[in-house]
Amino acid sequence: MTLLAINDLHLAIGGTPILKGIGLSVDRGEILGIIGESGSGKSMTALAVMQLLPEGASASGSIVLDGTELIGRHDREMCAIRGRDVGMVFQEPMTALNPLKTIGEQVAETVLTHTAVTPAEAARIARETLDRVGLTADRFPLGRYPHELSGGQRQRVVIAMAIALRPKLLIADEPTTALDVTTQAQILTLLKRLVDEDGMGMIFITHDLAVVAGLADRVAIMRHGELLDTGTTRTVFRELRHPYTRALFEASSHVPSREPPPPSTPGAPPVLSVESVVRDYRLPRRSLFRPPAHFRAVDGVSLSIGRGENVGLVGESGSGKSTLARAIMALDPLQGGTVVLDGETLNAAAGASPKARRKMQVVFQDPYGSFDPRHRVGRLITEPFHLLGRDAPAGAERQKRIAEALETVGLSAGDAEKYPHEFSGGQRQRIAIARALIIRPALIILDEAVSALDVSIRSQILDLLADLSGRLQVSYLFISHDLHVVRAVTDRVLVMRGGRIVETGPTEEVFRHPRHAYTQELLAATPSLERALASGASGAPHGSTGSS
Amino acid sequence: MSVEAGSGVPAERPDSYVSAALRSPNFMIGATITTLVLLLALVSFVWTPYSYAAQDIPNKLKGLSAAHWFGTDHFGRDILSMIMVGARTSIAVALVAVGVGVVVGVPLGLWAAARRGSLLDEVIMRANDLVFAFPALLIAVLITSVFGPGAVNAIIAIGIFNVPVFARLSRGAALSLWTREFVLAARVAGKGAVRISVEHILPNITNTLVVQVTIQFALGILADAGLAYVGLGAQPPIPSWGKMLADAQTLIGLAPHVAIIPGLAIVLTVLGLNLMGDGLRDIFDPRLRRSRR
Repeated sequence: MTLLAINDLHLAIGGTPILKGIGLSVDRGEILGIIGESGSGKSMTALAVMQLLPEGASASGSIVLDGTELIGRHDREMCAIRGRDVGMVFQEPMTALNPLKTIGEQVAETVLTHTAVTPAEAARIARETLDRVGLTADRFPLGRYPHELSGGQRQRVVIAMAIALRPKLLIADEPTTALDVTTQAQILTLLKRLVDEDGMGMIFITHDLAVVAGLADRVAIMRHGELLDTGTTRTVFRELRHPYTRALFEASSHVPSREPPPPSTPGAPPVLSVESVVRDYRLPRRSLFRPPAHFRAVDGVSLSIGRGENVGLVGESGSGKSTLARAIMALDPLQGGTVVLDGETLNAAAGASPKARRKMQVVFQDPYGSFDPRHRVGRLITEPFHLLGRDAPAGAERQKRIAEALETVGLSAGDAEKYPHEFSGGQRQRIAIARALIIRPALIILDEAVSALDVSIRSQILDLLADLSGRLQVSYLFISHDLHVVRAVTDRVLVMRGGRIVETGPTEEVFRHPRHAYTQELLAATPSLERALASGASGAPHGSTGSS
Repeated sequence: MSVEAGSGVPAERPDSYVSAALRSPNFMIGATITTLVLLLALVSFVWTPYSYAAQDIPNKLKGLSAAHWFGTDHFGRDILSMIMVGARTSIAVALVAVGVGVVVGVPLGLWAAARRGSLLDEVIMRANDLVFAFPALLIAVLITSVFGPGAVNAIIAIGIFNVPVFARLSRGAALSLWTREFVLAARVAGKGAVRISVEHILPNITNTLVVQVTIQFALGILADAGLAYVGLGAQPPIPSWGKMLADAQTLIGLAPHVAIIPGLAIVLTVLGLNLMGDGLRDIFDPRLRRSRR
């Protein structure tokens, strides 16, 4: 029997149409994956079910949950439904929990709000629920606070809050996007198990096709507030009926065509050579009379990158990969080791000389935070000219270099007069690349440079990077947690964990035959579109079969 | 193929500020009152109904009339003229005092933020705490007991009190900017702390500072009136609102308007500035701006 039926759902916020006639249904014990890129309306659909729409939103159509129409219902009645009949899990486990309350209180709160039980009984239910999500009493007593838990453990608490009353429907909005791959695999297995145990329906919202392919029974593909394609996971992904599904599919498994890396001339000095670099963070003082302890974030790392070579650096959060990148960029002082950049030694004490800095540039993750909102593009991308001092091009030469840099990344020279907010995320990332290229560095550090982009935009940026690398003989240090992307664009890969590099080798070789146990674990946890579809049925990760 | 949403941070354009300002009742009312007070002070340089010092004892403590719009005080001086010239004093004292706070406090805050976590940061901020621990009035009493009373010393006292306010505010705002990626990009471009502070940090905290300036300006007017009331501000015969209040205190039963009018002048000016500060904060805050649309 259908649990949730959405029919002809329209939604407008302040007159702007957001959803245009969405029709979806979820059965008991079924997982529906909603896939879409940013702005597709996938989260708004979920919020419409919860009736938690932003101010100024007006919805029409029908949303029927288990025989009850939700649209137009008074907020007081919705409060009784939210949490009891429908549970919700959000993306960011760091902010979904109240830092001042213990995890037991927060789970019990859901129970106390909706049922007339004693606090002791609510605490018992909270305990039971936390056990169900894998937070056992011996290690996670009810009195723990959120800050004592890791990201994955916090997400388990959020899930426990959502399922404490065994709701009929669970809505998970990008619940694993903020988590590392190994944690993501565990959370996905947990969600699948809970759906099977309770027979509840689940809506799983994501931008990642590979995650859905291994989890959902049925999928719905959305774009610009419209439902483009829907059906069983297998049909939708096998047949690729809709052109947009095909485009998404291709973008997700996109591998930019690249020229083979230049043959390394024996004896040629590497572009970047890092020798046993150590980076310590000072921990808070525990006693007034003892020196504060240190945390070693990067522990004696050595690596080298040849001219025109693309090297990937992968690792989970906390592995020290970004700290290493900051150390190479001489943003933080080193506690040991040396960094030699194209013959220029970066001095640990004094930082880098302009002459050394000239050889490297960086592209950051966030296309919105990377630019001073008050400067025009022309000024933003010429910022590295500061490194040239008196030799910086001026006047017509400067204009020529701006136009050249913008055209290299696929923008037009006229864009120099615009402000960054006039560009989309993908275009901004192109501007960031233009800024990195303008002084013609030997090395560009790409710190999660494509992680914040939608898949179709990501594939375009990857193509651009591959093309530039071939044309300009620039080397990349490509830092990412996304193994798929690293595999697509790098020649060599370094796997980092706990501040050390645990495995290194040619990318294909490492991905095909990982030697280190951690690399094997990472690769096994990474959701793979091919693997999920090859396994035939829509099963949970690690091949355990669903019961739908 | 373009499947990308252009959603992002709201546009920060001057024209959107103007339209937001026109839609903010707080800002419009506050700005109107503030402008009127400023005009009053400016006009007093070229014209006042009477000389502020001209005494007319036979016509003392007269009520509101066509000849003396706001009446006369116990020496028969025209209250409107005194209010106009007093506005001049109050505004000058408050403006210069806030200026001292901005000119000294903001660079200190930016410097501390640029060297965050260092000994210098500690020294600057703890020194600020020390100054902050003493009320402005106490500092004023201290200064006047050493250098004698007067408008200049009132300015110095209120100015010192403003320094830690602006130092703390700009340090806090700057700290969050220093972790932003565009600042990291500037560091990768080899720019030093001073240059980054001037080029990237300062323009991005200006909104916050402007709001604080209006609020400190209002506090400055109040502090000036307070100092003048206890006789530590501008000295006679230069009129000041606080001194007028103090003089009228004993006559309040006899001629209440002598006290009410300078009191109202203080209240209205402070209210206008505070409303304007509230309005400016709403206008500059993109979250509040968006929710109003």
